[in-house]
Amino acid sequence: MKIKEVNILIVGVGGQGTLLASRIIGKLAGLYGLDVKLSEVHGMAQRGGSVVTHAKIAERVYSPVIGEGCADFIVAFEKLEALRYTQYLRDGGTIIVNTQEILPMPVITGAAEYPSDAVKTLKRSYAVISTDALAIALKSAGNAKAVNIVMLGILFSKMGVTLSDAETALAACVKPEFLEINKAALKAGYTL
Amino acid sequence: MVKRQLMLGNAAIARGAYEAGVRVVSAYPGTPSTEISEVIATYKEVYAEWAPNEKAAFESAVGAAYAGARAMVCMKHVGVNVAADPMFTVAYTGINGGLVIVAADDPGMYSSQNEQDSRFYARSAHIPMLEPSDSGECKEFTKLAFELSERYDTPVFVRTTTRVAHSQSYVTAEERKELPLKPYVKNVKKYTMMPSSAVLRHIEVEKRENKFKADLAEIGVNTIEINDKSLGIICSGVVYQYVKEACPSASVLKLGVVYPVDTELVRRFAAEVKRLVVIEELEPFIEDTLKAAGVKCEGKNLFSLQGEISAALIKNKLYGEKIKTNTDYAPPRPPVLCAGCPHRGVFYILSKLKLTVSADIGCYTLGAQAPLSAVDTVLCMGASIGIAHGFEKAAGRAQSNKTVAVIGDSTFIHSGITGLINAVYNGSNITLLILDNSTTGMTGHQEHPATGKTLKGTSAKILDLEAMVKACGAESVRIVDAYDLPAVEKAVKGAIDEDGVSVVIAKRPCALLGKTRGVPYAISECKRCGMCGKIGCPAIRKNADGTMTIVAEQCAGCGVCAGLCKFGCIKKPEKNLKKT
Repeated sequence: MKIKEVNILIVGVGGQGTLLASRIIGKLAGLYGLDVKLSEVHGMAQRGGSVVTHAKIAERVYSPVIGEGCADFIVAFEKLEALRYTQYLRDGGTIIVNTQEILPMPVITGAAEYPSDAVKTLKRSYAVISTDALAIALKSAGNAKAVNIVMLGILFSKMGVTLSDAETALAACVKPEFLEINKAALKAGYTL
Repeated sequence: MVKRQLMLGNAAIARGAYEAGVRVVSAYPGTPSTEISEVIATYKEVYAEWAPNEKAAFESAVGAAYAGARAMVCMKHVGVNVAADPMFTVAYTGINGGLVIVAADDPGMYSSQNEQDSRFYARSAHIPMLEPSDSGECKEFTKLAFELSERYDTPVFVRTTTRVAHSQSYVTAEERKELPLKPYVKNVKKYTMMPSSAVLRHIEVEKRENKFKADLAEIGVNTIEINDKSLGIICSGVVYQYVKEACPSASVLKLGVVYPVDTELVRRFAAEVKRLVVIEELEPFIEDTLKAAGVKCEGKNLFSLQGEISAALIKNKLYGEKIKTNTDYAPPRPPVLCAGCPHRGVFYILSKLKLTVSADIGCYTLGAQAPLSAVDTVLCMGASIGIAHGFEKAAGRAQSNKTVAVIGDSTFIHSGITGLINAVYNGSNITLLILDNSTTGMTGHQEHPATGKTLKGTSAKILDLEAMVKACGAESVRIVDAYDLPAVEKAVKGAIDEDGVSVVIAKRPCALLGKTRGVPYAISECKRCGMCGKIGCPAIRKNADGTMTIVAEQCAGCGVCAGLCKFGCIKKPEKNLKKT
């Protein structure tokens, strides 16, 4: 199936690999001959802060930033981050969420509480696909860093992208020596 | 070679400079400008360097331009402040080879300490400024900037904002045009700025600017799209993209040249439309220019001086459309010092000793966050030392005994050295801590004069920080391992008890450089004392029963927490120990 227009918001914690994920989405848009813009966050927020990356695909893209209420997909590498950005989801959009918990410092210090029922809260209001991407990454790729690729696998499957197109986009963005483990992670997410 | 590819705005600026035949590029890293230099360094035809600060970088580029080469200097908005001294006067001398200055603003302060608007530098120094709106324009405008620089004998600004610098869109790469070095001819009246010659050059500046203004139509990057005439919008940069998304039917004047503003074109556009709105991030720069020229318009009556604009915000302000807000609760997640960060233990000691800390710009600004909460002031690059010195001069020795300045290695070299010389020269009683993590950390690990490597990856002489501070006259220097907390505490206590300027250099490479990543620690039979939670390590979490756990995937194995546990509960697991 060929995609025509899609807005994907990738959210997570600095260091989880949101930049690589968005670049693979960018490559995919290129395969389909579509216009694409990606907006990234560099610098201070990457030090364990909340990070958000925008990927917009269409015949013609103007703003590189997805507006509130305009995301077809929110791909959350951490469940608290899914909660933080729900205003970006369009009516009828889907949240794909990794159930992994990474505690923010205010929770570690006791100044705030981590919501105990984050996924349940999300499911009350939105279409949600939740999965333990960390476990899948460890099992399929043997590496916790492959969480981002597992999540992409799920996204591409829901977008109706073929696995072979997804693999082509992946191969264009990762170093050859890491391609096999990343392909394993992609497939594990895709076939979930 | 003609190839369309997805490119970061910063990479596109580098590509444009490369294609324009740039020979020399100098910069100091600063978000959101850093990647320009990192990309340009990959082109073998271009000499590219990290300079110790933006002023040094600027002067390198000026020298190269005088010598007849096309040259570029790149910096973040606050870097322009550092480079402003040569910048104002090179506007007088003009250039020989083309000189392009990239200034990257940060509306919304994703990684900055203020939201200053670089466009005012263009106006006050009389330097033309171009503003691209996506990666394609980043490349094209950079090439144009070199041409204009040579045609009008002036440096030319390319201004970006975070959303342009750090967004990716399509760029068509083209061949590089190799240009011969222009001959350098000695010309004292042009290149030697003292009153008698500067008076003459100032006349040229005004003439040049008038000529540039008159030629704006021919320069051609200001564009008008006439659609529905009931609403006309004037904008530039990424805001143009927001306007096209929010108001597809509106008439739009997009300014590619934001200084000087083409007021004639604006008047023509204003006459066409019923309602005229200027939409711009940060200051009312274009709006004020229009109002001074007698053009009635709206602008900052609708939009704030703060933060970014978005398509949703434009629809909200112009059409009253609501912006969807979040109704789900999520506790904040501020950036933190990484697991294994060598700064963590030092800040724990400073906090424990209840010292007043003037800190500086870099990752270690994060020492201000709870639970370390060890920082009192952060102002600008290099300011920590001057602030500690001034604090002591005002409040006296008793206070200074509790006051320390904290600065990183790259920031110390950037602009801390003069502050240290001042403190020594003027008989200060301060303690300076240099947190030497052997890199420029926050901007993403760039080399600097004390790392032994250049931007191009070649080896370089290593600036010896100990010898440097001693040469400044600070004779008392203690060097400690930043992971060795008892040693850090002893050194800091010893240093603050001394008269005069004392220095502690805490050494340990940044944990993200991958050189120090060790076997993860684990907690067994936790006594719930909570000591390990006081260092604010993201790898340590508290369980519901009050015990603590180390998350193995996140632990860098630095062992700082193990040193704090009075009960010896934090150890490397046995099976892992055997491996090491």
